[in-house]
Amino acid sequence: MSQDQGRDGGRRLSSARVLDVDPLLDDPETRIVVCCGSGGVGKTTTAAALGLRAAERGRRVVVLTIDPARRLAQSMGIDSLDNTPRRVKDVDGDGELHAMMLDMKRTFDEIVEAHADRERAAAILNNPFYQSLSAGFAGTQEYMAMEKLGQLRAQHDWDLIVVDTPPSRSALDFLDAPKRLGSFLDGKLIRLLTAPAKLGGRAGMKFLNVGMSMMTGTLGKLLGGQLLKDIQTFIAAMDTTFGGFRTRADATYKLLQAPGTAFLVVAAPERDALREAAYFVERLAAEDMPLAGLVLNRVHGSGAARLSAERALAAAENLEESRIVDQVGGKAGLRNSPDTYGSSESSGTGSPGSRAAARDEGSPAATDDERPADKRPDDEPSVDRLTAGLLRLHADRMRLLSREQRTRDRFTARHPEVAVAEVAALPGDVHDLAGLRDIGNRLAAGRPELPETTV
Amino acid sequence: MSRLQVVSGKGGTGKTTVAAALALALATEGKRTLLVEVEGRQGIAQLFETETLPYEERKIAVAPGGGEVYALAIDPELALLDYLQMFYKLGGAGRALKKLGAIDFATTVAPGLRDVLLTGKACEAVRRKDKSGRFVYDYVVMDAPPTGRITRFLNVNDEVAGLAKIGPIHNQAQAVMRVLKSPETEVHLVTLLEEMPVQETADGIAELRAARLPVGRIIVNMVRPEVLDAAELDLVRAVPRTAVAQSLSAAGLGGARRGGNAGKLVDPLLAQAEEYAARYALEHDQRAVLGTLDLPLHELPLLAEGMDLAGLYELATELRKQGMS
Repeated sequence: MSQDQGRDGGRRLSSARVLDVDPLLDDPETRIVVCCGSGGVGKTTTAAALGLRAAERGRRVVVLTIDPARRLAQSMGIDSLDNTPRRVKDVDGDGELHAMMLDMKRTFDEIVEAHADRERAAAILNNPFYQSLSAGFAGTQEYMAMEKLGQLRAQHDWDLIVVDTPPSRSALDFLDAPKRLGSFLDGKLIRLLTAPAKLGGRAGMKFLNVGMSMMTGTLGKLLGGQLLKDIQTFIAAMDTTFGGFRTRADATYKLLQAPGTAFLVVAAPERDALREAAYFVERLAAEDMPLAGLVLNRVHGSGAARLSAERALAAAENLEESRIVDQVGGKAGLRNSPDTYGSSESSGTGSPGSRAAARDEGSPAATDDERPADKRPDDEPSVDRLTAGLLRLHADRMRLLSREQRTRDRFTARHPEVAVAEVAALPGDVHDLAGLRDIGNRLAAGRPELPETTV
Repeated sequence: MSRLQVVSGKGGTGKTTVAAALALALATEGKRTLLVEVEGRQGIAQLFETETLPYEERKIAVAPGGGEVYALAIDPELALLDYLQMFYKLGGAGRALKKLGAIDFATTVAPGLRDVLLTGKACEAVRRKDKSGRFVYDYVVMDAPPTGRITRFLNVNDEVAGLAKIGPIHNQAQAVMRVLKSPETEVHLVTLLEEMPVQETADGIAELRAARLPVGRIIVNMVRPEVLDAAELDLVRAVPRTAVAQSLSAAGLGGARRGGNAGKLVDPLLAQAEEYAARYALEHDQRAVLGTLDLPLHELPLLAEGMDLAGLYELATELRKQGMS
């Protein structure tokens, strides 16, 4: 990128395309945006910020979150999100923002109620196996997220649906789950389990093969007779009411491949998160799912990127050496945090800065010079000491930048085709719409805004 | 320390790293630990820089003092067949189940059953003894699912015991719950000094306690070193810019005047200090929140060079020093 050319230290190797989110959000053809990525990378926050931005640019948006932190719901002015889209107040402009949280059990219940007559629906809803399956099993969460997406899309109430994906063990799970559930419901096992309940007696025998008697025996032994019966009843009921389960799973899958859908892979500039992101990119390509780009959250920058970590550290040492006399032994005492078991420095694994400090304090030169503290007390820092601290802080920042850059370069080398939007790290979490708006602005800027300096 | 150490935490807090460091820390003085991975991500193999782990217990590290760390990445499908064979003597029928897609169903579509296997396998390793009647593993450390799912994950056998009211599954489920709810087990939560992970930790502890699962310790991971202390941060707000510029210049970074090289550094460096101050205040608040949870608190440093094998040993040493072994 041209603005990076000639900038020193850390930020010069970005050859990746910049992802421009505004045209994506503005395009009336964009109907679904799916945010995916591994846990803890800010996926839900990204989804909410994108939704808000799109709404404030005039679209009618619903954000479907899976498991938002309470704080995030509150940041949209909603105390608790539920299975129905709720309008978010104080959104600027002509658009609308609605937000909802997937209630897996509720969604499952709704499907049952919609597809079975009242009596049969009641039988399913009261089945203990159903109750456990609908509330608890993570695989159904992925499926229900897709089901809900299909419903929202079919309602035609929304210009744009922004979907957050479930916190899976791996980000890829949610692509597989609907297919698995579909093929299970269509598969041999279900026919086997439903055969005795549906057909019973001799009619069922047609279906049986040699393994069958062993099978029901095994299952009965394993599960206990009552549970097996519960499962059979449940599946029989499901089978007759959910005839089109497989079809629906396929339709949802096709919806994700359609041109109106855009996937955004969300990551942080850390090794594991970007590795997961790379897998996801590859997987989406293999499935013909349209990838819009990568959102890289929590990227650090520096306004003084021309000053390298090494020079900053050397300068800090210069300052400290010149006044080492009243410096000895001062810092270690101040740095320990008393109410915890260990201080971050005692292991010697802290930043290069703290390592250097430890070395200075322990060096013979320092101890030889030790004198009674007849000068400035340590709790009254001088400007020089502060400046040395500023320089060490900067050195830490520059090392962080280069580590993030290395991690990023590895991803870019593997996937140069993927457009990237960088979002500058915030010191704290988002608490309100203004915070979400700020993230949206940072997202749209595509990369952290860094004041240029030259040294 | 309890024999089953369960390590959970919000996504992105480094729970796999902490679990691995804990397994190393516990493997002192000839002790043997088993590090169990349940989420199929091969995070352990990556941490220990070994090839992909198969579904077998395999020695992956030697701890200082001669202890050994074994690792096991549980493959739910193989675990199920294994389990059927071990507990119910169902070898051939297991294969028949597989053909029918039942195994696939159990391990993928219905992860509740998958969780039964994962917790069951870990408890089996805890209880396993060799011929002489000694425990095969002194400690079992589990890299468990994230905080949001941990209670449900550990409690799944209660649910199963409720569904299957009699029979071998019922008995097995109850046996697992007896281990998980006993003092033999401790559930640790890994967090960062940030709002959402701390909030999730507090919620997670409440859930675990409500389910009567034994909560162990809080481990604050990736703690940044303190570079500027409170007094210095006060000075950041008050200091004349020219004084900092002169100081930078004295350190050899160019001219102090406005437009000079040192002069130009003042604003960005102070801006970075302001960011640091904001984070410092936030971390202070989060520490206070963690303090109210009434659990032992440990801190592990952020490794400046990123996570590698050497770093893992450093963290293990740190845990040991803090009495977690």
